[in-house]
Amino acid sequence: MNDTDTLAAPPDHKESIAPSASDNGVSEVQSRELSGAQLLIEMLERQGICHIAGVPGGANLPIYDALSGSSIKHVLARHEQGAGFIAQGMARVTGEAQVCFASSGPGATNLVTAVADAMLDSIPLVAITGQVPQAMIGTDAFQEIDTFGLMLPITKHNWLVHSARELMEVIPRAFELALSGRPGPVSIDIPKDVQNELIQVDVLPQPGGRLPDPPVLDAEVDALLARISAAKQPVLMIGGGIVYSGATQELREFAEQLDVPAVQTFMGLGVLPADHRLSLGMLGMHGAPFTNLVLEECDLLVGLGVRFDDRATGKVAAFCPQAEIVHVDIDHSEIGKVFKPVLSITADVGEVLRMAVERLQPATRPQWQSVVQGLKRDHPLQLDGHNDLFRPYGAIKAVASLLDERANVTTDVGQHQMWVAQAYPMVRPRQWISSGGLGTMGFGLPAAIGMALAQPDRKCICFSGDGSLMMNIQEFATAAEHNLDLKVIILNNNHLGLVRQQQTLFYRKNLSAVEFEQRTNFPMAAAAMGVKGVDLSECEDPHDALRQALSEHGPCLINIPISETEMVFPMVAPGGANKDMITGAPA
Amino acid sequence: MTVTDPAILKLTVNNHPGVLSHVAGLFARRAYNLEGVMVRPVPGGPPHLSRMWLLVNEEDRLQQLIRQTEKLVDVISVEQHPMKGSVFESTQQYFT
Repeated sequence: MNDTDTLAAPPDHKESIAPSASDNGVSEVQSRELSGAQLLIEMLERQGICHIAGVPGGANLPIYDALSGSSIKHVLARHEQGAGFIAQGMARVTGEAQVCFASSGPGATNLVTAVADAMLDSIPLVAITGQVPQAMIGTDAFQEIDTFGLMLPITKHNWLVHSARELMEVIPRAFELALSGRPGPVSIDIPKDVQNELIQVDVLPQPGGRLPDPPVLDAEVDALLARISAAKQPVLMIGGGIVYSGATQELREFAEQLDVPAVQTFMGLGVLPADHRLSLGMLGMHGAPFTNLVLEECDLLVGLGVRFDDRATGKVAAFCPQAEIVHVDIDHSEIGKVFKPVLSITADVGEVLRMAVERLQPATRPQWQSVVQGLKRDHPLQLDGHNDLFRPYGAIKAVASLLDERANVTTDVGQHQMWVAQAYPMVRPRQWISSGGLGTMGFGLPAAIGMALAQPDRKCICFSGDGSLMMNIQEFATAAEHNLDLKVIILNNNHLGLVRQQQTLFYRKNLSAVEFEQRTNFPMAAAAMGVKGVDLSECEDPHDALRQALSEHGPCLINIPISETEMVFPMVAPGGANKDMITGAPA
Repeated sequence: MTVTDPAILKLTVNNHPGVLSHVAGLFARRAYNLEGVMVRPVPGGPPHLSRMWLLVNEEDRLQQLIRQTEKLVDVISVEQHPMKGSVFESTQQYFT
C-alpha cells in the first residue's frame, strides 16, 4: 500500500501566504494559495481534531505531506482497519467525530470493516481516503477501486470530491452529518489531483457541528407520560441513544420519579449502574433470567433510544407478549421498523426526557416493584466461578475489583464480550464501548488505543479472546509506540469459544474448525512488539501479578487461560423467544 | 397515506453525481423491489435539482421504504403519486 509515484509536491505553504493587512490598518481577508491537501488539514484542525489514525500510501501522499506541519498528531496504525477502530475508540468515549486516513485500493478496502462497524453502532467517524487522479479513474489504475461504491451502503453519506474548492463544502458538511440526528460514519474519497490542486482561499468555512434537533411538543411528552401512568407494569428499555444524547442524568431522574424499572440494551450499559434499584440489567440473548422474565410480565414497554435489535428482542412475535410498545428515537425510520408502537416520538431522547422530568407527576408502584423483586430473587444471574481467577466471571470480577469507576472498558467479540457485558459493573455512560451491531472480532485492541489516546488519564481495559486478538494483534506495536496505559486481558481458551458453544448447543456437539491447532504464545507476541506480557498461569501469586500489571503505567497483555468448555449462560437460541433461555450445558 | 399497488414515488433530489447510486443502493441492500426508475433534471427550476420517479412493489414495507429514502442526504422530498398522470403511465408503450 505504500506505492509512491512522482507527482511534484505542492509549493511550501508558508511561501504562498499573501500580505495580510492593507495600508489603512484595517485587516483584510487574507487570500492564500493552498493545495487541496493543505486546505483539508487546516479544516480538520479547525474542527478540533487532535489525533488522526491512518496509514499513508501512494494516493494520499499529498495529504501526509500537508499533515507533517500540522498541530494534529498522527497515529501510524499497522493496518488500516486498526486505524479505523482507533478513530472509533476516540469517538466512542468522547462523542466527538474522529478521523481516519487511508490510501486508495487496499487501504480503502481495509478501512471498510471499521466504517461498517461505525454504521451499525451509530458512531461519528470521518473516513478520508486517497484516490487515484481523476484522469485515471475508471481505467483500472494501480490501486484503483470504487471506494465511493464500497462506502456507499455503510455510511450515512459519502462523497467523491471533484475539486479542491468542493472540499470547503464537503468537510464541514461531513462533520455536520456525522454528528447530527442519529450519529454515524461518513466517507470522503479525494483523488490525488484534487489534493494537489492549488486554489486561492479567502475565508475558510465554519467548522461543521451537530445541527439543532427537531422540536418536541409538550403534547407528545404528555402523551408519553399519560401512557406510563396508565400502565400497571411498565418497563423502560434504554439504549445507546441515551448515551449519545448525553441524557443519563435525565433518564435516571425520569425512571426514579416515575418508579419504573429499566432493562438496558448492550449499547446502553452504564446508563443505570448495575446496582441501581431500578436496574434490570441487560436483556436479550444473554440477559439475566429475571430480566427477560420481567419483560414477559410487563404491560407497557417504553423504548428510549433503541432500535429493537434481534439480539435484544429474540423472536419478535414473542417479545413482551402482554405489552404495548412506545418508542422514542431520533431516527424516524426506526419507528415501526420492528414493532408498530402505540405511541412514538421522533426526537432526541434527551430532550424528551428533559421535558418529561419537568412535566411528570411522581409516582410509586409498590405492587409492580414487588413482582419485579420476586423475579429478581427467584431467577438471578448465576455468575458461576466468580471467585476463581481462572474462570471467566472470576477473572472479570478480579479485574473490576482492582479498578475504580474511572477505568474505561472495551472488548473484542465473542464469549468474553458477553461475560463482560453480564458481569463488569458498568456505572457511567461511555465507560463501556464494544462492537455491538457488526460484532467485529479485532475491534478491541485498536479501540482501546483510541480510548487511551483520547483519555490518557484513565486506565483503558480491553477484555479479549485468543480468536479476536489475533485479528488486529499488530496494533500492539502502535500501543507501545505511544506508551499508552492500556491493558489487554485475554481470556484464552485457544478456541473460537462462542462458535464452539453454538456447535455444542445447536449442532450436536459437532466441533468444526473451532480449535487453534497451533497455539499462540501471546505474552511473547506482545513482547515482540514492545508490550509487556504476563501469563497469570505462570505466576506464583497470580492475584498479585494481576494487581501489579494493572496498576503500573503502560501497555500490557495479561494472559488468563480458561477452559474451552466454559459457556455463556443464559443463552436464547438465535431466532428463539427470550423466555426460552438455556441455563446450563447439555448432559 | 393511501397505498397503491404498485406504488409510485415522486422524489426531488440533488442533481449530484452519485445520487442515483445512493437511491439504487438503498433499495438493493434493504431488498426493496424496484420496478421502474426515471430521472431527469428539473427544467426551469433550480439548476441543481432532479426529479426522480420510482415504481416500487412494496405494499407492506412502503412506509419503512419511504422513511429510509427520506433519510438519504441527497433526497429532498418524497411524495406518493397515483399512476394517473405519472411518468410511468405515459411511457408504458416503450416497455412492451
